[in-house]
Amino acid sequence: MHMADALLSPAVGITMWGVTAGTIAYCSTKVKKDLDDRKIPLMGVLGAFIFTAQMINFTIPATGSSGHIGGGLLLAILLGPYAAFLTIASVLVIQALFFADGGILALGCNIFNLGIFPAFIAYPLIYKKIIGSQPSPTRLSIASIIGVVVALQLGAFSVVLETVASGISALPFTTFVVLMQPIHLAIGIVEGLVTTTVISFVYTARPEILQSAMGARPLGNISVRNIVLSFLALTFLTGGVLSWYASKNPDGLEWSIAKVTGTGELTGTEQSLHHVLAAIQEKTAFLAHYSFPSKQGGEATTEVATAGKEVQDDSGRLGTSVSGSVGSLLTLTMAILIGFFLRRETAGKG
Amino acid sequence: MRSIDGAVLDLKRLDLLATGDSIIHRLDARAKVVTTLFFIIVVVSYKRYALAELTPFLFFPVITLALSNLPISYILKKIAAILPLAIFVGLFNPLFDRETQVLLGPISISGGWISLVSIMGRSALTVGSAIILIATTGFISICHALNRLGIPRVFTVQLLFLYRYIFVLTEEAACTTRARELRSCGKKGLGFSSFGPLIGHLLIRTWARAERIHMAMVVRGFSGEFHSRQINRFGGKEYLYVIGWSLVFIILRTEDITAILGAAFTGFFS
Amino acid sequence: MSHHIVEVKNLKHVYADGTIALKDLSFTIHHGESVAIIGANGAGKSTLLLHLNGYLAPTVGEVRIGGFPLTPETLPEIRRTVGMVFQDPDDQLFMPTVYEDVAFGPCNLGLPEEEVRQRVGEALEKVGAGHLAQKPPYHLSGGEKKRVAIATVLSMSPDILVMDEPTNGLDPFSRRQLIGLLKDFHHTRIFTSHDLDMVIELCERTIVLHQGEVKADGPTVAIFNNAQLLAECRLEKPLSMQGCPICGASRNRL
Repeated sequence: MHMADALLSPAVGITMWGVTAGTIAYCSTKVKKDLDDRKIPLMGVLGAFIFTAQMINFTIPATGSSGHIGGGLLLAILLGPYAAFLTIASVLVIQALFFADGGILALGCNIFNLGIFPAFIAYPLIYKKIIGSQPSPTRLSIASIIGVVVALQLGAFSVVLETVASGISALPFTTFVVLMQPIHLAIGIVEGLVTTTVISFVYTARPEILQSAMGARPLGNISVRNIVLSFLALTFLTGGVLSWYASKNPDGLEWSIAKVTGTGELTGTEQSLHHVLAAIQEKTAFLAHYSFPSKQGGEATTEVATAGKEVQDDSGRLGTSVSGSVGSLLTLTMAILIGFFLRRETAGKG
Repeated sequence: MRSIDGAVLDLKRLDLLATGDSIIHRLDARAKVVTTLFFIIVVVSYKRYALAELTPFLFFPVITLALSNLPISYILKKIAAILPLAIFVGLFNPLFDRETQVLLGPISISGGWISLVSIMGRSALTVGSAIILIATTGFISICHALNRLGIPRVFTVQLLFLYRYIFVLTEEAACTTRARELRSCGKKGLGFSSFGPLIGHLLIRTWARAERIHMAMVVRGFSGEFHSRQINRFGGKEYLYVIGWSLVFIILRTEDITAILGAAFTGFFS
Repeated sequence: MSHHIVEVKNLKHVYADGTIALKDLSFTIHHGESVAIIGANGAGKSTLLLHLNGYLAPTVGEVRIGGFPLTPETLPEIRRTVGMVFQDPDDQLFMPTVYEDVAFGPCNLGLPEEEVRQRVGEALEKVGAGHLAQKPPYHLSGGEKKRVAIATVLSMSPDILVMDEPTNGLDPFSRRQLIGLLKDFHHTRIFTSHDLDMVIELCERTIVLHQGEVKADGPTVAIFNNAQLLAECRLEKPLSMQGCPICGASRNRL
């Protein structure tokens, strides 16, 4: 579920960086206020634990395939939401930098998709509600399975929105949703089961670990309403920026929705989503003067094509594409030659 | 889903490369972080069918790679390793986007294929620049740079803890999984019933370790505040690096260099 | 400074889960002494060590360091005075580089940067690890890690060195190197160990713990010659004091 830079547009990437950076700053002050100086080493070491645990695969019964633990909800249970969010973010930073699991610009999206939902939705609103004040093995299982499934569903949906809004992938919105959600339902159930077995093991072997985590009651005095409200605000903010960009960008959300409408697959819910986005777009129209640097030739090409018109002016197009390919070859050769030359120079000095 | 041993070797290799010495290695980490980020943003700012326009951007990774004395084959291998993933995510484009975009003589190429190749090119450029960043800078310096760029201390400090203990925990996990494999009598994979306890055990040991680390911190006078050295190396070279490259990226983004070059070249011969 | 540098009086410790780790311990360690605390697994050695630095507070009884009782006011000074080296150096070396780790303590003491640098340099030189300063801890060998871990407390210029199982997990060469290093220290030294041969070399005095109590306290050689005591406490005469099983030569003249 890690998104790559190659499928993102700058608007989506930068917006999500902003949202994530803000959340990191907020969580950092929360953790600092906590005044439990055990937390920082604990977060770091548990982050390393999740990183490691993700490399241990288990066999999914009756399928022959294998999976690994995601760990978002597990971290939230052990550390509380704020510290857990920071820890998930750290694991993703390491994976992006060292293993190219998700790009650097995509980090904002990935941290959002995999961090926000387990820490601030699944844990406080589902897991803790089901567990209640009297945790029992059955409640632990139900709570972790539902928690993981919901977090993954939201995360997967968010991946769809971010990808479609970026407009690099040609996958239409509905097709993408239909692909992503059921796959992640299956993954979520399996991962929920695994999380349950790990938590029940810890619960029987060292119950005080879970109790101390629960006793801290990190979200105890925050009402559900506040979380929901801040989430709505966050959704509208990001949705607004994204849809505004999508409106400036013919390749974006609208394009795919329009395309799907053409084939008659658009259902009522998406229709209303479209209206909501259109409304937000109107509200955010004061940003309309802003536009990204663009050049003439290439963009005209895309616009013509995406508007669904017939290809026109074949000879002109042929001209640009030939000079484009020749130019690319030239620059490519130059880049390699310069690299080779510099390399020899530095090697000679070294 | 990689093997533990392989991942650790990879991590150590990149970590050791970062201890090298070159013009690029010696630059302040902040300059490299900012430039790389800007590079990635500019590269992904191109529209779906951009292909020829992307080629001049190869200059950035090629030149930094050449100046940094990194083993080229290793970096290429790391980039090649992610390309299958790029192909996978771009594979839907030829299926859904079949309108002809380019005619090269009798061959017509659909938009989907062009955008698939474009996605691969973007992947190679963005991933390549990220790998060069980490291999010339090292994770520790990147964390310090993030801190100086405004990321909260709480976050960067625990990021450093995470990085430090990856090396310890992966070793523990590798021992555990090896011990399990040796007793699994050739059965492949790890069933649900043993996975939970295995991971659970690792978790409990990790928790105990965190408690010991905290102990070791407290007995050396830790009281919640981290002190770290602040070395400011951001000087002329760094400004030159950031501003120089940024200008190059902006020019490349606004002017279609390849088209100009190509036109000049074909014009010269016709 | 008091002549009795470490005083433990009627120390009892009960963990939160009800386990009685220490029953009623009393002993005094004098300035410059080198003392081994030995005993079977679970005898209470580690729990005792954690009291010497104020990490754990006694349930009953008192611990005095250099004449001062352990109180919140004296704690920072006592933590500087008592340098604690843990069994697993990976727990102790948590900073990104060796330099930063050795500087961690002095920085927490609030020393100026120039003095921190000087102390780090001296501490690393003392353990022969000056060349490792810029390395990250995970690139060090076991022996190097151990020596750097010692440097991390030396940089706080402690009067008392407390070490938990210093030779644990070291190869023979690194172990020999470490023993040589520890012999040269003039601090008051307190070790726990199962490496009884090291105890003979480094400590003139030994305290035997058994089930949370002091079973014996006296000259190391006398204790190791008391076969009955050793057997009762699940210990064994060190190899260097036993007859050679191959050539039959006896080392009992010790």
